[in-house]
Amino acid sequence: MDRSIRRLGAFMMLLFCALFVQLNYIQVLRASDLNIKPGNNRPIDQSFAKPRGTIATADGVLLARSVKSNDRFQYQREYPEGELYAALTGYFSYVYGATGLERAYNEELSGKTAKQQIKSVGDLFVDKDRTGNLTLSVRSDIQKVAKAALGDFKGSVVALDPRSGDVLAMYSNPSFDPNLIADHDVEDSQAAYNWLNATEGKPMLAKSYREIYPPGSTFKVVTGSTGVEKGGVTPTEPVYPSVSSITVRGTTRPLRNFDNEQCGGTLFVVLARSCNTSFAQMGLDLGGDKMVEGAQAFGFNSTPPFDLPAVPSHFKTDFTRDEPALAQSSIGQNETAATPLQMALVAAGVANDGVIMEPHVVSEIRDGEGDQVSKHDPTQWKRAISPQTAQTMRDGMLEVVRNGSATRLQIEGYDVGAKTGTAQFGPSEPLRSHAWIIAWAAVPGQAPSIAVAVIVENQTGASETTGGRLAAPIAKQVIEQSFQPMPAPPAGLPGSTTSTTAAN
Amino acid sequence: MSAVVQARRRADRSVLAQSRRRAELGLLILAIAITGGAYTLASLGQTSSVPANIGPFFAVITALFFAAHLAIRRLAPEADGLLFPLVALLNGIGYVFIARLDPKLADNQATWTFVGIAAFVLTLAFVRRVRDLERYRYTFLAIGLVLLVLPLVPGLGITINGAKIWVGVGPISFQPGEFAKIAFALFFASYLVEKRELLSMATWPKFRPMLPDLKHLGPVLLAWGIAILVMTAQKDLGSSLLLFALFMSMLWVATGRIAYPVSGAILFGTAAYGAWTQFAHVQRRVSQWMDPWSDVGGQLSETWYALAWGGVAGTGIGLGRPNKIPYVESDFIFAAIGEELGLMGGTAILIAYLLIVGSGLRIAVQSEHSFDKLLAAGLTALIGMQAFVILAGVIRLLPLTGVVLPFVSYGGSALLANYVLLALLLRISDNNSRARRTAGAA
Repeated sequence: MDRSIRRLGAFMMLLFCALFVQLNYIQVLRASDLNIKPGNNRPIDQSFAKPRGTIATADGVLLARSVKSNDRFQYQREYPEGELYAALTGYFSYVYGATGLERAYNEELSGKTAKQQIKSVGDLFVDKDRTGNLTLSVRSDIQKVAKAALGDFKGSVVALDPRSGDVLAMYSNPSFDPNLIADHDVEDSQAAYNWLNATEGKPMLAKSYREIYPPGSTFKVVTGSTGVEKGGVTPTEPVYPSVSSITVRGTTRPLRNFDNEQCGGTLFVVLARSCNTSFAQMGLDLGGDKMVEGAQAFGFNSTPPFDLPAVPSHFKTDFTRDEPALAQSSIGQNETAATPLQMALVAAGVANDGVIMEPHVVSEIRDGEGDQVSKHDPTQWKRAISPQTAQTMRDGMLEVVRNGSATRLQIEGYDVGAKTGTAQFGPSEPLRSHAWIIAWAAVPGQAPSIAVAVIVENQTGASETTGGRLAAPIAKQVIEQSFQPMPAPPAGLPGSTTSTTAAN
Repeated sequence: MSAVVQARRRADRSVLAQSRRRAELGLLILAIAITGGAYTLASLGQTSSVPANIGPFFAVITALFFAAHLAIRRLAPEADGLLFPLVALLNGIGYVFIARLDPKLADNQATWTFVGIAAFVLTLAFVRRVRDLERYRYTFLAIGLVLLVLPLVPGLGITINGAKIWVGVGPISFQPGEFAKIAFALFFASYLVEKRELLSMATWPKFRPMLPDLKHLGPVLLAWGIAILVMTAQKDLGSSLLLFALFMSMLWVATGRIAYPVSGAILFGTAAYGAWTQFAHVQRRVSQWMDPWSDVGGQLSETWYALAWGGVAGTGIGLGRPNKIPYVESDFIFAAIGEELGLMGGTAILIAYLLIVGSGLRIAVQSEHSFDKLLAAGLTALIGMQAFVILAGVIRLLPLTGVVLPFVSYGGSALLANYVLLALLLRISDNNSRARRTAGAA
């Protein structure tokens, strides 16, 4: 019997070894993968039991904060400015997770980055919550003007500093109130989410950097830049014939100017009058490969290194035996599609001597004690064009404001360059279009300090004047505000260096 | 018998008894210290304060376990010194986790621990020689069967979560099945002592090498029948499996023939397959085992999340979120331990059970009498198998069958029954030492 008893012992040993192996499999091998598995809400629970850092504008307006709550979670996330900054802050929701900066800077806001942790090793035995506070480059005054100027129009406004890539304003209408989604009450949160999802105009989508639209004639800045850079186009040569339409090989449908106008001339003239025929011809003369290179040099077909999850803009890459597509693409139609952010970067590239800086919205992070955790250094993203080409294109864009389609953008005492656009989309009848403008502005004699893209979505008809009529006044207000001094931080509200505890 | 021999015998006795009891005391103090430390940590983790009742808590567990220790000194001085401290450790850690998971249940568990230790002492006091129980074979069979069917009696039985394994008398409800296991172990041991020669010497048909003659399969089929009764009538897959495994282990030990447990496993597998085709709750268990992820917030997926969240070192007691797991305080208590004490704490629990199994089987090997040997092996297998079955179910090594984790899970009947079981093991161990000493002196 003793032999079987020993065997029984060995058998039990084997069983417990199997348990031990399985425990190792779960707790060591699969641990990190299980911790982030969808459906596992332990990480979310944990983050809801701790305060997060604040988010504030460059001038100290508080956009997001954690306040003590008396429900099953200890802290409720609040967005005092409501829908004005929703596309930037995103929300921090128990049901729907985090979006926007709440997601992109989750580690920093919750104090989990290595730098914040290492600093706190000495405080290991002190019960305290570590947070990181974000300061944005966005200015509350410009943001407010952007929203007010857009008014009831559906559309987006993106304003950046071309010299650094700092985002100064970013708003799209319709927006949403992140407080509704961040509500701890699961049913309220779900109701708000479903209602917003059903609302027309995708209010929860950050359209400024996550939606692409045909850029229409604003894309002619890219085509023109490529022509100057690679196609030998100068302010005097060539002179494009004055015609009302051209018929490209491979199609019988003529490519027309707006309202069938006779349009043509040298670069500055065709830019100011936005001649479709001339830019289509320029694209055809350059050929598909050079146009693709030129568009990609401005950032098309790649994801901008933005600190929010921007989507790439699109330019067709293969025009083999497809001249009609090349002609259409060169005037920002066909497959060409861009985010408002991308079009602002096109203006910024021209304004900044051909260099596109990485767009950025968080300029500085400080921990709860006010010590700096990190600071954003302006970084070059792409060299789109040479400084000489950029100078030529700036002259051309100045001409658009002086004598062309964007005369409404003239601002007394400042150099303003722009390009309007009216991008047709959908079926040809009834005609629908997006009104665009991209622009930059400078104190005379200085480098441009602001680049703007404005889109007003879904207008009736398709006239080249739409962009200048609708979008230019919005851009103008934004540019004018940017030349006002930045407002002082509001009194009584915690600025960038105050900790969340002040908000509790 | 000369005075010299008597004196030497007393000296021998005191040497073994002293070293075993001293080891037991030392380990017991360690178990109490670990339990008290864990209790303090749980409170620190949850409320950042030392528990207000830490003094009384220490006093009570020390008094309780010391009382048991003194009883062992008096009633079974030469019994194994490792088993009781191991059980005290498991019981203590179990209590700490129950108190941490649901403070309302803690008082109940404390009361049942007290009752369990009282039953432990009483068993030691009344059962002076385990072999005396051998002759009550059919009484134990009858008791076991009655206890098994008790929950099926209308008016007495209570159905909780689909399983008809509870009996309610006034405010107290208990699971008679927990005691039935011990009764069956006693019956099997006694039955096999008589039949083991026949069962192991029986000639095996040449052309059916895997299956013994049908008449020798009789007892196997009887146990199988009981297991199926439990499985179908009470919908208690876990207890059914345990009873069957208990009998198969004892049959294996008694005969040395591996063919018995193998044919038994095939029979049980067939029955389990039948249950799977017939019962929705079994199908649910199996599908949850195959795919726990579609059951969001379910026990198995949440257990994996909990264990992964704990990782190697654990979150610390009171700092995890084990309350996300349904029924975490009873069947799934190991998930809470694994989360808050990590792989290291979980492994410590596994090792504690392995040590109990090792000590139990050593007692079996040291037994002179077949009945003692079989009973010790059977009771040890019962504890080890039960721990394995529930742990394997909890960490998704096998489909889940609901049994409690011995000495750790919340549940009075199981605690009480397991303390009685422990007393029987210690009694056998004490009998062994005395017998050997007598033999050595003769």
